[in-house]
Amino acid sequence: MGKLIAALLSGLIFGAGLAISGMTNTFRVQGFLDIAGAWDPTLAFVMGGGLFVTFIGYKLVLRRPAPLFDDSFSVPTRTDIDKPLWIGAALFGIGWGLVGYCPGPAVAGLGYAYTPTLIFVPTMIAGLLLARPLSKMV
Amino acid sequence: MHHFILAAIGGAMIGTAAVAMMGLNGRIAGISGILSGVFTQPVNDRLWRVLFIVGLVVGGALPGLLFNLSAPPVPDANIGLVIAGGLLVGIGTGLGSGCTSGHGICGMARLSKRSIIATVIFMFTGVAAVYILRHLFGG
Repeated sequence: MGKLIAALLSGLIFGAGLAISGMTNTFRVQGFLDIAGAWDPTLAFVMGGGLFVTFIGYKLVLRRPAPLFDDSFSVPTRTDIDKPLWIGAALFGIGWGLVGYCPGPAVAGLGYAYTPTLIFVPTMIAGLLLARPLSKMV
Repeated sequence: MHHFILAAIGGAMIGTAAVAMMGLNGRIAGISGILSGVFTQPVNDRLWRVLFIVGLVVGGALPGLLFNLSAPPVPDANIGLVIAGGLLVGIGTGLGSGCTSGHGICGMARLSKRSIIATVIFMFTGVAAVYILRHLFGG
């Protein structure tokens, strides 16, 4: 039960943070990526605030033997730079730039029920599911 | 309040959510991973993911309802671009095992080599895509 409430609350705070930070505004995101145009540094402040809190917070909580509601921490341990990683990151960046949505803000923006958002999220999920068979090919 | 200050506050909230996810459930708060797991993980590993996503949608709408925060503008992209973008973001984050949150925040905060490289690459291709879209095609 605690695990489920924690997930719901974490999602709530995450979504509210995305909305308050302006990241559900695709113009701000594309403005950050538009270094040849009227550059908008907003996203750097979001990353800065997020990294600052997460860097310190992770140091504190990962010192504990286990998370509060589970037996162990599920932290990725891989260090290899394989083809799916860089090809995937490259494709993701292109899609991110084309629309100005990455997964979090797209989902957090669903409440406004804008047509582009309502189309983007299901196609993104289709892409996520397609990635599994594709990862065996690259 | 200036939007840079709101951006830093919002960023700190995202960080708080990520730390809560790790400290309480021992999980990385990566949206692409949590979302794809709703469809691909064993049934007993799905409910917390669904609740996180529900929280994300409600949380995204709350500040606009509670405070005098203006609604985000409708994304400026035609249907073809939206579908191409959605597919690329989905395939890319699926192949690359993470997005802006999983790699850009959670992974970078752990100084993960894979996440730092992924973040540099998606920032670079994001800049390239916007350059081509806005400055070569004038869209």
